[in-house]
Amino acid sequence: MKLQQLSLFLENRPGRLGAPLEAIAKEGINILTLSLADTAQFGILRLIVREWDKAKQVLEDAGWVVNLTEVVAVDVLDRPGGLAEALAVLEGAGLNIEYMYAFSLRRGDKAILIFRFEDPDRAIAVLLEKGLHVVDGDELLSVVSG
Amino acid sequence: MRGTTGIEFLGSDRFRTDATPINGSRTMPAQIHEARRQIEHRIWDPDAETLPRDGIEALQLERLRELVTRVARVPFYRDHFAHREIGPHSIRSLADVRRLPLTTKDDLRRQHPFGFLAVPRKALARIHGSSGTTGRPTFVAYTARDLETWSNLCARFLVAGGLRPEHTAQVAFGYGLFTGGFGLHYGIERVGAAIIPAAAGNTRRQIEIMRDLDPEVLICTPSYALTIADSARELGIDPRSLPIRFGHFGGEPWTEDMRREIEDQLDIAAFNNYGLSEVIGPGVSGECPERTGMHIQEDHFLVECLDPESLEPVPEGEPGELVISTLTREAMPLIRYRTRDIARLYREPCACGRRTTRMSRITGRTDDMLIIRGVNVFPSQIEEALLRVEGTTPHYLIEVSRPGTLDEVHVKVEIRPEIFSDRMDRMQALCERISREINTVAGIRAHVDLVEPRSIERFVGKAKRVLDRRNLGE
Ligand SMILES: [Zn+2]
Repeated sequence: MKLQQLSLFLENRPGRLGAPLEAIAKEGINILTLSLADTAQFGILRLIVREWDKAKQVLEDAGWVVNLTEVVAVDVLDRPGGLAEALAVLEGAGLNIEYMYAFSLRRGDKAILIFRFEDPDRAIAVLLEKGLHVVDGDELLSVVSG
Repeated sequence: MRGTTGIEFLGSDRFRTDATPINGSRTMPAQIHEARRQIEHRIWDPDAETLPRDGIEALQLERLRELVTRVARVPFYRDHFAHREIGPHSIRSLADVRRLPLTTKDDLRRQHPFGFLAVPRKALARIHGSSGTTGRPTFVAYTARDLETWSNLCARFLVAGGLRPEHTAQVAFGYGLFTGGFGLHYGIERVGAAIIPAAAGNTRRQIEIMRDLDPEVLICTPSYALTIADSARELGIDPRSLPIRFGHFGGEPWTEDMRREIEDQLDIAAFNNYGLSEVIGPGVSGECPERTGMHIQEDHFLVECLDPESLEPVPEGEPGELVISTLTREAMPLIRYRTRDIARLYREPCACGRRTTRMSRITGRTDDMLIIRGVNVFPSQIEEALLRVEGTTPHYLIEVSRPGTLDEVHVKVEIRPEIFSDRMDRMQALCERISREINTVAGIRAHVDLVEPRSIERFVGKAKRVLDRRNLGE
């Protein structure tokens, strides 16, 4: 149920974001979603792609430093308070969220959130126990394909 | 005590009237024009400072022979002399200094801490230190007489540059192992002026002290003088309204442009002085009001100017590496110490009446040492700091700039998979950790810029580790 996320290091200067995305696109690899965390000096680009192992290879061959992390996708009701409820569950279980971001596409009345937990396995167990819906890779792909 | 020539001497028992009169009509590019900044010519130690050329050279020759005898107590020199049958008899003229070996910072380091001591340890009166290529300082020892000499040497350039017994001087240099603070402190005391030992830092407090105590004189690094001006403006105080009338600045290289900045912003006369811890500290040379170079205290230092490659003397007025023999030092006398500082020497007489050789500003280094806000930094120290952080790369670049008045250092470090994390907090902690290690090893605050792999240019052979954008040449 975990998803593989690629992270890569980028210097924060014009044009740096486009290059890795082009490199992946050229290989015909679809990007499901991405998020960028940055400071004035550098950025961390996080990608969820269809063929992560191939994408990782392509990026590394092109000289980027790439990191592989397991993340968890959760869908929540896309209405006021929907996210707050999900966060309350996680907090109540004492799960550490390192960071999170929203998936670019919605599924019906639900928004999909990507969580980076310190302990993803325990997080999945808690989420399932509390009745939240954890989205796996195949489901995500179906969302993207529409 | 005013002599008939108009030159006033401050050394109380050294009154003399036969010094060369001042030629007031001579125009110099750096001459001080505004009345407030006018500094009268005075000489602290006229017997020594206005010796005619033949007198200076005779004294140097005598002292060089004594030095050769004295350093024979140091194994480094004793061994060298024994191999080549060198002794005082080898020195028949000053040119014979070139028969003597050169001494380098590496030689000093190999004898750490006190292999160069020429007196028993119990004869020491003080120990200072200078930063080295690694975190460990090189120690410099002084006997009581060395300290006495040092105070007088500082008194000479301070008086040449306007200090009088009735003045108050604010010392905003660091007090500690660094020779700047204590060197100037005791020089001011020797002149008989009052000292405010404000020490470095806390700029607002420096300005408050100035406004409360009305010192006429400021002693610090040139860049710190500009920081004080900036800080005053931030406080809504016109820096030109501060009581300071003149300043003695040193401890880092600066330029004529910077002098003009300091003088305009603070409405003061700014004087340059030179020295290095290994030979004594500040006091090797300093400017007179003519400001056409720094007068070398040649009765205490024999200074050569050599081509750093061939080690042959350069023609007069050409840039070369300064090589200094400490003619009178007792605790740690050095023969032909390679300063790595590049400057020019001028031997024609100065309008001030002194006949000593003058040296230009330091316009460069023959090694890779950087001076950052008065702190000596070697690229190898940055490398050592990086080595302490596991997984950092051997590829780094040190960028030095001076965006405002103060030096800024950016250390670019290439990212590697071992240190890359998808978590921003970890990446920021990494930068902070590298910065802390640099501070521990090199004593400076540096910004750490993580950069993409292979973005730092690779060189065949010796890598280029430093990009200095400060423009400190002539
Ligand atoms: Zn002069």
